[in-house]
Amino acid sequence: MTAHDLQPHTRSYRVVGTSPAHHDFVDKVKGSLHYAADWRLPGMLHGRVVRSPLPSARITGIDVTAARALPGVFAVLTAADVPSNEIVERASGGLAELEVTMPVLAADRVRYMGEPVAVVAAATPQLAHEAAELVAVDYEELPGVFDVEAARADGAPRVHEVGNTLVSWQIRCGDADRALAAAEVVVQGEYRSQHVEHAYLEPEAGVGWIENGVLTLRVSTQVIEHAAMIAHILGLPQSKVRVIAAYMGGGFGGKEDMTVEPYLALLAWHTRRPVRMIWDRQESLVASTKRHPFIMRYRTGAGRDGTITAQQVEILGDAGAYPNLSPRVLFAAAACACGPYRVPNASITSTAVFTNNVPSSAFRGFGAMQVVLGYESQLDQLAARLGLSRTELRERNFLAQGDLLPTGERLDTCVEVAQTMHRALALLGEPPQPSGPGKLVGRGLGCNRHPYGRTIWFRDRASAWLSLQADGTLLIRSGVTDLGAGQAASLGQIAAEVLGAPLDDISIYIGDSALNPPAGGTFATRQLYMSGNAVLHAARELRERLAPVAADLLGAPADDLEFAGGRVRAHPDGPGITLAELAAACDKRAVSTAHLSTWRAQAGSFDPRTGQGDTFPDYTYGTHAADVEVDTETGQVTVLRYAACHDVGRAINPMRVQGQIQGGAMQGLGYALTEDMAIEDGYVQAALFASYLIPNARDFPDVLVDIVESGEGKGPLGARGIGEPPIGNVAATIASAIHDAIGVRPDRLPMTPERILTLLDERRQT
Amino acid sequence: MNRRRITLNVNGRDHEVWAVPSDTLLDVLHDELGMADVRYGCGEGVCGTCTVLLDGDPVNGCLTLAVQAEGHQVTTMRGLMGPDEALHPLQECFLRRGAAQCGFCTPGMVLTALDVVQRLGRPTREEIRYALVGNLCRCTGYTKILDAIEEYAGQ
Repeated sequence: MTAHDLQPHTRSYRVVGTSPAHHDFVDKVKGSLHYAADWRLPGMLHGRVVRSPLPSARITGIDVTAARALPGVFAVLTAADVPSNEIVERASGGLAELEVTMPVLAADRVRYMGEPVAVVAAATPQLAHEAAELVAVDYEELPGVFDVEAARADGAPRVHEVGNTLVSWQIRCGDADRALAAAEVVVQGEYRSQHVEHAYLEPEAGVGWIENGVLTLRVSTQVIEHAAMIAHILGLPQSKVRVIAAYMGGGFGGKEDMTVEPYLALLAWHTRRPVRMIWDRQESLVASTKRHPFIMRYRTGAGRDGTITAQQVEILGDAGAYPNLSPRVLFAAAACACGPYRVPNASITSTAVFTNNVPSSAFRGFGAMQVVLGYESQLDQLAARLGLSRTELRERNFLAQGDLLPTGERLDTCVEVAQTMHRALALLGEPPQPSGPGKLVGRGLGCNRHPYGRTIWFRDRASAWLSLQADGTLLIRSGVTDLGAGQAASLGQIAAEVLGAPLDDISIYIGDSALNPPAGGTFATRQLYMSGNAVLHAARELRERLAPVAADLLGAPADDLEFAGGRVRAHPDGPGITLAELAAACDKRAVSTAHLSTWRAQAGSFDPRTGQGDTFPDYTYGTHAADVEVDTETGQVTVLRYAACHDVGRAINPMRVQGQIQGGAMQGLGYALTEDMAIEDGYVQAALFASYLIPNARDFPDVLVDIVESGEGKGPLGARGIGEPPIGNVAATIASAIHDAIGVRPDRLPMTPERILTLLDERRQT
Repeated sequence: MNRRRITLNVNGRDHEVWAVPSDTLLDVLHDELGMADVRYGCGEGVCGTCTVLLDGDPVNGCLTLAVQAEGHQVTTMRGLMGPDEALHPLQECFLRRGAAQCGFCTPGMVLTALDVVQRLGRPTREEIRYALVGNLCRCTGYTKILDAIEEYAGQ
């Protein structure tokens, strides 16, 4: 299927496999959607965070007198005003990491530039700004540590007293040392990635207020379940905190941790007035979480025929100053470090290290995306060493259903990665010719294995509630939050498929911790898998309850009924009854037309001592391919063509699937070639959005998309998740194409013209 | 600060608002007039989420002072729509092509796209790309946005 062929190709489904324009699309093209900042309440104040200008310092005094005295200022709060001044995140579920908590407001020590120290509320944004400037904080600078290897050295300044190594995961199978010693060929490499900014176009924002004694926050967040942590911070019962997630203007993992929530909560609770907070873009650049920079060291052993026998991987990730989700990110890196290949002897170590840099945390790809550059570079190097084609070498080593991963898990769904590889390469067509002298062209590819669903020991679950209304229309309630990827809309398509209600007759209520059944947050490419299954099961269970009533009315067996087009029919040509008539009949017979269902993911456990056990429910496989031209005078890399193919199991909405793949690939192109959130000695260098280069419409070509539908995912109707996977392949694909063009392998991101020129110099010298 | 009353013509209607000289057009449209289709994204004129048309030309609402807009016609994306929220044909193309994901950049994209099509008639895909460099999108990868604008230009 190409980008312009959106016909339903799965004849057995009516709604699934089509690409209708949903409620959210319509609101978005009308400009009528109300994001988190578009909310205004009577008497609303404006909040602002006072942040540390230093990356490592002791706080010797805070004077808020002048700020409090400014007319129009309603609150100036410091650590002393926070009932329980800690944000507790045990991202590994307590399995392996150091126990370090993050203060809501720093009390006596700041550990990164941008760390919140105080928070103010005033009548206008300008007054809040002025008041924040008047908060006088005295600092005594302390030595900091800004590099993961320096942080692990003896005598390094400690970011936290308990130590600088937050977590170190081991995965072991076979005997990698022995197998590497015995290998006929060994290739090794060190690969480095950079800090990356999410750069969602909607900055962090929200409004908080108190209603019926309940602290209510309407914010741009991926996770309404943070309500429990907010209650902990304020010392309130969990029943007294409600979080509503507005449709987000992008999140990409950056709104998975709390952003404005604790500050809004403190200010609204303290002032008893509604408060709005919007982070400046420049504030967001400095203080929001980033993607972890990784150092990845790989050694891969193989036989002369190209069969991989062993791989040793060491990963170091810069967690920054606080734990956030680093333990889980580095776990995903370890679990995915060998990619879609059979590795019988593996030794993988993945370590998160504290530094005095801004905290790293979730970002689309979540550790599993950084390692693609490592394992794919190793494969290309091995192919070059053995004189095998890059595709041939891969085909000799691809995983297949039934194979074991290094963790000892058996793959129980099909692995169509070879098909995605051939299809992605086919989309590129004939190789291009150089556009002139001094130009070199090259073709590259990158395959990946990316998990969908939460780390398995969290025993994930999601609930959904469906209700057939008296007029035959349908309500869906789900705690899902919507990043813009169609998280809510796909639930509507699944329910429409099963219950036959037309999409226009379905309303979906999402993202409210008080009124919706919990769905877990939107992250880990989990919502189609989790809430999609919850809605599918809720819809099927509801249909089973309604069908006997319809069967009775129609005088036909319940099993023969068809729910479609707002009607229930016993024969395809018969008139049947409307869903409204069915609802009325149910009411008369006291059969409930509402149904709550909870779907549970498969459970498992992981043993951090042996490095064996269960990791993720399943994986999405894919391949990207690209043609590039390298200008040997300037080092400039021009991407000429770009193609991507993933096995999504089943495309619930093909247009949205393409959108995820195209958008993920474009973010990956920025990561590969232009984006660098440089931090020097703890100071973020990009003070302006203008100096952080996310791709614009001219930077890169269209992303050509092909979709494989194996039907074997663990999501609803055989779907696999596609939110994160397509960002993973890109850097490896571009590195592979540059390697093909210039004969040298880039091993450091982003692959800037300066770095390419350095590689070209190295090539001339050897 | 010296607030003063100014008259802004937005989407064909006059609005009287109080503003200080430093208030941006974005501040006044979003916070005072409640126009949620004009959005703060960066405050530097880089991202384009606050794009409006000033006498038909796209400008960044965050780099334009409200007082500068007095006496000019301001158009936001919602001003393109007909009665009863009837979509503009360009919006129809965005809808049909799936050219929005989070939707935050959409109003600015639509206004800039309308301008390039009005100026060039039938712009090439490259010309459309060039026109859109001041409107960033982090979700879609631009392909579907370009498809939508090309379809509109071809009508």
